[in-house]
Amino acid sequence: MIDHLLPLLVAAPLLASALPLFVAVRSRWLARWLTVTALVGQFALAAVLAWVVYATGSVSYVVGSIPAAFGIGLFADRLTATLGLLVASGALAALLTDDGSRSGPEYALWLLFVAGLSGVVVTADVFNLYVFLEISGLAAYAMVASARGVDPALAALKYLLVGTVGATLYLLGVGYAFVATGTLAVADLAPGLAAAGHDSTLVVTAFVLMVLGLSVKLALFPLHAWKPDAYAAARPTVATVLAALGSTVAGYALVRIVYDAFTVAFFEAVPALRILLVVAGATSVVAGGLLALRARDVRRLLAYSSVSQFGLFGLGVALATPLSVTGALVVLIGHAVAKGGLFVAVGSVARRHDATVVEDYAGLGDREPLTAAAVAVLGVSLVGLPPTVGFAGKWYLALGAIEAGSWLVATVVLASTMLSLAYVGRLVERCYRGGADAASPARLSTDGGRVRAIAPVIVVGAAVLIVALGLGSSALAAWFEPVVEGWL
Amino acid sequence: MTDLALGLETWYAHLVYVLLVAIGLFVLINDENLVKKVIGLNIFQTGVFLFFITSAYRVDGRAPLVTGSGPFVNPLPHVLILTAIVVGVAVTAVALTLVVRIYGEYGTLRDDVIRKIRDDEAGPAATDREGAS
Repeated sequence: MIDHLLPLLVAAPLLASALPLFVAVRSRWLARWLTVTALVGQFALAAVLAWVVYATGSVSYVVGSIPAAFGIGLFADRLTATLGLLVASGALAALLTDDGSRSGPEYALWLLFVAGLSGVVVTADVFNLYVFLEISGLAAYAMVASARGVDPALAALKYLLVGTVGATLYLLGVGYAFVATGTLAVADLAPGLAAAGHDSTLVVTAFVLMVLGLSVKLALFPLHAWKPDAYAAARPTVATVLAALGSTVAGYALVRIVYDAFTVAFFEAVPALRILLVVAGATSVVAGGLLALRARDVRRLLAYSSVSQFGLFGLGVALATPLSVTGALVVLIGHAVAKGGLFVAVGSVARRHDATVVEDYAGLGDREPLTAAAVAVLGVSLVGLPPTVGFAGKWYLALGAIEAGSWLVATVVLASTMLSLAYVGRLVERCYRGGADAASPARLSTDGGRVRAIAPVIVVGAAVLIVALGLGSSALAAWFEPVVEGWL
Repeated sequence: MTDLALGLETWYAHLVYVLLVAIGLFVLINDENLVKKVIGLNIFQTGVFLFFITSAYRVDGRAPLVTGSGPFVNPLPHVLILTAIVVGVAVTAVALTLVVRIYGEYGTLRDDVIRKIRDDEAGPAATDREGAS
């Protein structure tokens, strides 16, 4: 069982996704609990994997004992285990906040999404990465479209067209890497690409196409336009998993491709591409922040904030110093937890008070003190103030930038704090100081009571986790240290 | 694994690949008809598939059968593209389902007309979307 942990992490949700489809015909309640059980099982698998990786170091697996060069290789280190835990717990928490009136196919999509993301996380093969990216992508398009009305259909179509172009560009990059090296296994690509010459046209083209394709999934500016539409149109629970997990796993894929396949020697051979990535990251940080300032709809505000945060992540990856890469990983994890929690809060506020724009949040601090306080904490993490994990991420990033002698990046990291303070401040100020004109009494929800019970618990849980990760940020950095040391 | 001299043997295939990718992306971005956008996406993907298949070619290569005698073409890209075609079919199916739903609502397939209808409906609230479309 333990030996086959890695393939199970993908196979279990994939197989389980068929169950709710049939069970829901008889009982939706049972379909829901089957899905929840499958996700609890997924969490347990990921937890065991984390323990195995902690105890014995990284794990490799070859499906069917066919050598990894031709067969299907899987790989897990501490970063993999962390992302595996994040995917399972995020999907579980978001599902628990749902009101339980979903149909069988929707539960099936939920598990397919988890299977696709878990596949991206554990795969050690660049082509399988594409397939898993598309599995999770297809599930995501369908999940966005599953909300009522025509807006979700339009948003999902836009998401699909842009997302598929991104994935196909990545596939084209895989093709160039394959032509250059004759292999698709990440472990063989590193020496293969070095042998082909890091500055050869083939290898440079492969890098540009793969990173460009993943940047679409990350939604770096100006490839971000699908994101606010999809988040605003999707059901709140779907927006929660997309915001917490979708781009986060694409970011994980990016860092894997860059440092495991191309390695840091590629950046040394082709410094121009590194600078290009720094510029893309910095542009994303500033543009995302400015767009978030202008947004009225809270979900759009949070989507633009993601554009900014993934810009920070890109900066950390591009700087390629141990501190900056650690910072990027901490930002990646911290952002996922904060955004997930915020979207649960936004969903619950939208249901209970019919509030979706920033002005509607006036007086939330009086009406729902707990949720408002948690929103403030999660927002502070996006800004990057102590004692939250957002501060730790930006701190490592800034130190990394100074270490690399890149004062421009250090300035951008600081400027991002100012920008995010401005847009998060708008929201939090509304919650606490806009109470005077909010005479309208709290509108009570019409759907199931379960939402009301569990959503605040999860929002507060996310806030507690954000602070805990912030206080334990040196432990988090130490946890990633072997991974980062292996890269740099 | 691939011989650089193949570049000459397969230059026309590469030309077709570049043309398909360019035409596909152009149609996807430029055409207002949603179905044509999906067709553009398909042409774009087909171009990328052709690039993979071209990479499998070798001079005088035969089908890689255990009983046959070499030289063989590389079977791996063919297998990869079979998978990618399946993915492409699934994407197209989802895309067309969405187009049907949008058509059912607006009675048109043209993106510009839909945008105009939506702007008219939204009225002053259109500023909500910050003009990001």
